Amino acid sequence: MAVVGQVLQSEWTKIKSVRSTVWTLGLALVVTVALGALISAFSRSNFDRMPVREQVNFDPTFTSFAGMGLGQLAMIVFGVLVVSNEYSTGMIRTSLAAVPQRGTFLFSKITIATLIAFVVAMLTSFVSFFVGQSMLGSHRTSIGDAGVLRAVIGGGLYMTLIAVFSMGVAAMLRSPMLSLGILMPFFFIISSILGAVEATKKVGQYLPDQAGHKVMQVVTIGDDAPYGPWGGFTIMVLWVAAALVGGYVVLKRRDA
Amino acid sequence: MIELQGLTKRYGDKLAVDGLTCTVRPGIVTGFLGPNGAGKSTTMRMMLDLDSPTAGTVLIDGQHYRQLKDPLRTVGALLDAKAMHGGRSAHNHLLCLAQSNGIPRSRVREVLDTVGLTSVAGKRSKGFSLGMGQRLGIAGALLGDPRILMFDEPVNGLDPEGIHWIRNLMKNLASQGRTVFVSSHLMSEMALTAEHLIVIGQGRLLADTSMADFIAQNSRSYVRLRAPETERLLDVLAGAGITAVTTEDGHLEVDGTEAARLGELAARHQLVLHELSPQQASLEEAFMQLTAESVEYHAHSAPPVGAGAPPGGGAAVPPGGGWGADWRKKGS
Repeated sequence: MAVVGQVLQSEWTKIKSVRSTVWTLGLALVVTVALGALISAFSRSNFDRMPVREQVNFDPTFTSFAGMGLGQLAMIVFGVLVVSNEYSTGMIRTSLAAVPQRGTFLFSKITIATLIAFVVAMLTSFVSFFVGQSMLGSHRTSIGDAGVLRAVIGGGLYMTLIAVFSMGVAAMLRSPMLSLGILMPFFFIISSILGAVEATKKVGQYLPDQAGHKVMQVVTIGDDAPYGPWGGFTIMVLWVAAALVGGYVVLKRRDA
Repeated sequence: MIELQGLTKRYGDKLAVDGLTCTVRPGIVTGFLGPNGAGKSTTMRMMLDLDSPTAGTVLIDGQHYRQLKDPLRTVGALLDAKAMHGGRSAHNHLLCLAQSNGIPRSRVREVLDTVGLTSVAGKRSKGFSLGMGQRLGIAGALLGDPRILMFDEPVNGLDPEGIHWIRNLMKNLASQGRTVFVSSHLMSEMALTAEHLIVIGQGRLLADTSMADFIAQNSRSYVRLRAPETERLLDVLAGAGITAVTTEDGHLEVDGTEAARLGELAARHQLVLHELSPQQASLEEAFMQLTAESVEYHAHSAPPVGAGAPPGGGAAVPPGGGWGADWRKKGS
């Protein structure tokens, strides 16, 4: 039986010895912070021209996270590559010959990747918040205000879970192209369309990203979601758990 | 020791491996021979628990692969040269394998040195040639200093020097008392390295025999004769108690009599001979005949040579030709 500590150490060596780890996570941080700063600065200069309803609903915390929509795509790429690299390179046969306990193998890999994603995601969230607030000028909020710290931590958790969800999907689909080809349009296009159209809005609310957004918001006036911040977060966690279970079942049952 | 018991793998309605039962013993190189698509790689993947068998079991020193503690310390395998992440350096590739099985870090440098890749240890394996990738794969197999080694087509992509190196490596590993199991589709390669032979075709066991027995049974030597007066020659041979077989192209073939004696016999009866040549049926031919009926993909439409026909007897086979014809020269 493989010893879990050994496998964790091995997966740590694997993840830090390939370049894709650095550039995907680096890109996630830079894109999220830069775009968030840009949109925050834009919001400040346009604040007075906004309709009153939008001024009342203005959420400075969530505005500084505006870059996450794009930055999460880099997180998706990170999560997909960490798992599907094994299949696309043929490394999986070497890996499973070394660690035939497939559950130990998969969850050690996902644990290490999740820890790294968590550190980067938290950093991204806090940096985005503080840079965004400095751009917002007089419209800014403070980390000490009600719900703000929860939203910033929530932003880090959201980015982490997006990566973990992608790992589960990649474990199910194996092919990096297929995984990215499904996840990218899903989060970037389909989810926003479902959320924008009135008829499908109710369905869209239960998608992992829309449910997960809830925990990053402070001002929720005019929001008709039937769950609170942690309720939404729980929905996202359930999605992630389902993806991981699916990935495990596929790895367990199929030939490598 | 590896024991296969009724090992079977079915893909849909195609039987890739069909009730394979055999034993791979320690201390010798066992050749695993079969044409392309015979099920060799599938069998090896099932031995490593990468593919699950439809039926049957594989026992490694009495245990299932999955039950082995730190499997790389018991079984080292080279499946295919490119089963690694191209973006990872040779050193890091071996390091992550070593760590997963609690093998000391110092072993990484040792095996890199053994396979001659020390100078490129820090280079990403993406830029490696097929031969270098093969060497890195072999380094991975040697990493845990295992009692059992499995190599799937190890000489593929290696240059002559590399082929020579891997042959000696396998013999050395076996002489240290290890179990060495090596697959190939080339009989000539096996004749040089293996002491025992397991031959499969379309997933079924065709032969499980020592190399010496296989050679004794299959490397028939005979003498080819050609004479203008074939009928008289036949009479003379029959008179001397020698049986000759006439081939399709008008040659005579004689088993078990030396060429010199046949020449003297012909001279005594003043017979003109146009050809008097000792022939050696190659092991490659013997292997091809053994597996002819089980080869899945025939490149030509000619009917396969019947397994019962004497080796080298068919006119379609060039005398003394075939890839393995010179195995004795190299082997001795």
